[in-house]
Amino acid sequence: MTLLHWATISPLLLAILIPFLYKYLRSVHTGWFVLALPLVLFFYFIRFLPETSDGGVIEQTVNWVPSLDINFTVFIDGLSLLFALLITGIGSLVVLYSIYYLSKTKEQLHNFYVYLLMFMGAMLGVVLSDNLIVLYAFWELTSLASSLLISYWYHRKKSTYGAQKSMLITVFGGFAMLGGFSLLYVMTGTFSIREIIGNVDTTSSLFIPAMLLVLLGAFTKSAQFPFHIWLPDAMEAPTPVSAYLHSATMVKAGIYLVARLTPVFGGVPEWFWLLSGFGIVTLFWGSLSAVRQKDLKSILAFSTVSQLGLIMCLLGLGSASLYFGAGTDTTMYTTATLAAVFHLINHATFKGSLFMTAGIIDHETGTRDIRKLGGLMTIMPVTFTISLIGTASMAGLPPFNGFLSKEMFFTGVLNATELEIFNMKTFGLLFPVLAWVASIFTFVYCMILFFKTFTGEFKKENYDKHVHEAPFGMLISPIVLGSLVVVFGFFPNLLSYTLIEPAMNAILPTVLGPDEQFYVNIYHWHGFNTELFMTIGVILFGTFIYLMMKKWAKLEIYLRERDPLNKVYDGSLVLLASGSHTITASFMRGSIRQYLIYIFSFMVLFIGYMLFKLNAITFTGEGSAPITFHETTLALIMCIAAITVAFARTRLTAIISLGAVGYSLALFFVLFRAPDLALTQMVIETVSTVLFLLCFYHLPVFKEKFEKVPFRLTNLVVSIGVGALVTIFAISAHYSKSFESLASFFVDASYKEAGGKNMVNVILVDFRGFDTLFEILVLGIAAVGIYSMIKLRLQKEGS
Amino acid sequence: MRTNDVVLKTATQLVTFIIIIFSIYVFLQGHHNPGGGFIGGLMTAAAIILIGIAFDIKTVRRILPFDFKLLTATGLLIAVLTGIGAFIFDATFLTHTYDYFYLPLLGKTELATALLFDIGVYFVVIGVTLTIIFTIGEDS
Repeated sequence: MTLLHWATISPLLLAILIPFLYKYLRSVHTGWFVLALPLVLFFYFIRFLPETSDGGVIEQTVNWVPSLDINFTVFIDGLSLLFALLITGIGSLVVLYSIYYLSKTKEQLHNFYVYLLMFMGAMLGVVLSDNLIVLYAFWELTSLASSLLISYWYHRKKSTYGAQKSMLITVFGGFAMLGGFSLLYVMTGTFSIREIIGNVDTTSSLFIPAMLLVLLGAFTKSAQFPFHIWLPDAMEAPTPVSAYLHSATMVKAGIYLVARLTPVFGGVPEWFWLLSGFGIVTLFWGSLSAVRQKDLKSILAFSTVSQLGLIMCLLGLGSASLYFGAGTDTTMYTTATLAAVFHLINHATFKGSLFMTAGIIDHETGTRDIRKLGGLMTIMPVTFTISLIGTASMAGLPPFNGFLSKEMFFTGVLNATELEIFNMKTFGLLFPVLAWVASIFTFVYCMILFFKTFTGEFKKENYDKHVHEAPFGMLISPIVLGSLVVVFGFFPNLLSYTLIEPAMNAILPTVLGPDEQFYVNIYHWHGFNTELFMTIGVILFGTFIYLMMKKWAKLEIYLRERDPLNKVYDGSLVLLASGSHTITASFMRGSIRQYLIYIFSFMVLFIGYMLFKLNAITFTGEGSAPITFHETTLALIMCIAAITVAFARTRLTAIISLGAVGYSLALFFVLFRAPDLALTQMVIETVSTVLFLLCFYHLPVFKEKFEKVPFRLTNLVVSIGVGALVTIFAISAHYSKSFESLASFFVDASYKEAGGKNMVNVILVDFRGFDTLFEILVLGIAAVGIYSMIKLRLQKEGS
Repeated sequence: MRTNDVVLKTATQLVTFIIIIFSIYVFLQGHHNPGGGFIGGLMTAAAIILIGIAFDIKTVRRILPFDFKLLTATGLLIAVLTGIGAFIFDATFLTHTYDYFYLPLLGKTELATALLFDIGVYFVVIGVTLTIIFTIGEDS
């Protein structure tokens, strides 16, 4: 275990200590103990920056299950470092924010911080591990921690609903992803991502299934259409959780996975179309749905969905450059990847700050409903300023960082139309059009978010409590994030050398020649080009729609907030439950008679089919003994007795006929020269008939109806089937013996070796004494069982 | 209301001994002729059940004042110990042996360890049969 490994799992280790800290140091808010760790980790990871920006990588391995090729390999390159910094950086800010957000006295803080640290450790594990199975383990841990955090207020019904939903959807995807990883292993023989890159065979028949399964995992986690429905319901979590998990980190795990596996799958049309197609649909759908929301956090949730779609789409477009490979003029194709990485960082900053301000508004006014809020500008000036920066950046206005990434996004989609591969000639124009419309809606919900909250009239009667500005501690984190938005807006190249270029190197390793590096220079002014006019168009149309809102707000589609896809989810869940209930209830009736019919029918059909299939039914008649008169007579008597049992009118007749069957069997044993068996059969038959008579005597009076056995066709068919099958089976088995019998050994050895002339007894106590030992044990158990059943019942009645 | 079944009782007193002696005979000859622990045990149990039918269960309890479950346990113990006994002679579990001895009265006799095992079976069968029958019989 190196320091790097300890750093990766340190949040999980600290989580173990949290309950003790919470219990024994009640006077201090538990969050303060937690805060130190992500801060330390953040600065620890920053130390790797010089190395990765030179194109270097750090790799440390600890063997876990080497025989299965599962090793805990921590691997740091530009991409994983970018994510690690996001996780620890925003993690520290969120912990700081939560200290002021969650009350020390009212909340169960130990739960909260244990889950949060669990999540942080899991997330670090996801982005830092090179081994797919380890990555999967951490991946599922993030799903678990996320569900626990969503249901933090577990007494609320909506929280548990949201937690269950997110769990079901993300674990479904995670499971599919595990399947994809396994297929990758089958193709390449290794779980290490580094080794898989380049080893994978794009023409393999497993390539497309593996891609689909992995993408299912990434899409469910990153809330891509149509799996995005869990994210809005996850907003029942405390706001620090929403800010951390559902805007900055966990939902980007899918993005990370896609970016990480782009060198594996990229460069083929399926990957390109799946990513960019689903991405652009998600972008469009998310921005459209966000406009309809009335709750601050719901708007932000759908906005996150749409921004994630944007990043996903850009990653898809960027993967086209892998098709061309090294040596070509790459800037045109890689712009999309650049935009994706840049927007990833930008989104984490502005969305984090927006969630935090939404939390502040909720915390200080008691409501998040935009129909109640209004006029908070003068009351909460700091929150107002941060929100202004955040929403402006999200809407893509200069001079904030959102503007830069949106411009690059437009460049990316416009470049995509010029691609001459993957049928882009036909469908390529779809990208800029959809992107542009989605941007208009983005602009609209940003305006709603901002103006409905802060402008207008302040109505005191709408709020339950006295409205005032948040305490300073709560404002620190959003201020930091807000300033980052501004700083990255003015000095975007701060990031380009340190983070973006190494990350692009990791996503598109084969595009460049051996000694080349991406040269990224982001600047504001591009001249009067198409992108600028598109942005101007977005602002004009967005403002127009916002001003006309009163008119179209009456439309029915605006009033329905819930995503229609929820109906599919809820409906299928209900259908699953009721369907499985119906199916189970249809055959699990609780009637033993029915279960016996199932068992027997299965036996007849299965064994009968196998006999038929293997052509095993034989009746050669070879070596059969002649049938004597005695045997025939005895068999007839036995048959008559057996039939009498089945058709007997009274139970007494049945018992006595059964006895007759038993005694005839004893006679058969006599005929076939088995004296021991005959003796035992005689006595046992007598004893069991006595027992039957005892039972008969004890039958309760009121149920005594001496009726004949009711006739049922099914029973007849099944019983005839079983009889026929067993007969055919026995005859066939008799005529297809493959080996000599062992009997000659016993004939020879029983006197010489064991000194006994009664071969049966010698076998029972000597050659096969072990069986006898356990048979007498069975008898003993039966006796104790009968004894205890009767005695225990008596005791119960007595008491 | 009980009838005076003096014939049955008298016959039982005679027959029981014959049955028990026969059952022991069947048990002991098991190694060479039809019989053995199982059938011998069942017959002994049958004799005792006959007493139970002719007289009553209380009488049987007075004649045999011990727990039949204990008899089952003893039988199992004997059987297992016979198997374990083979370990002393460095043999595998349940290895049997036999030899000829000159015993007083009986002369040259074959004694086999398998007989010890059969005694276990004999006891278990008696114990089990009587436990079952009398437990059900005593249940009113």
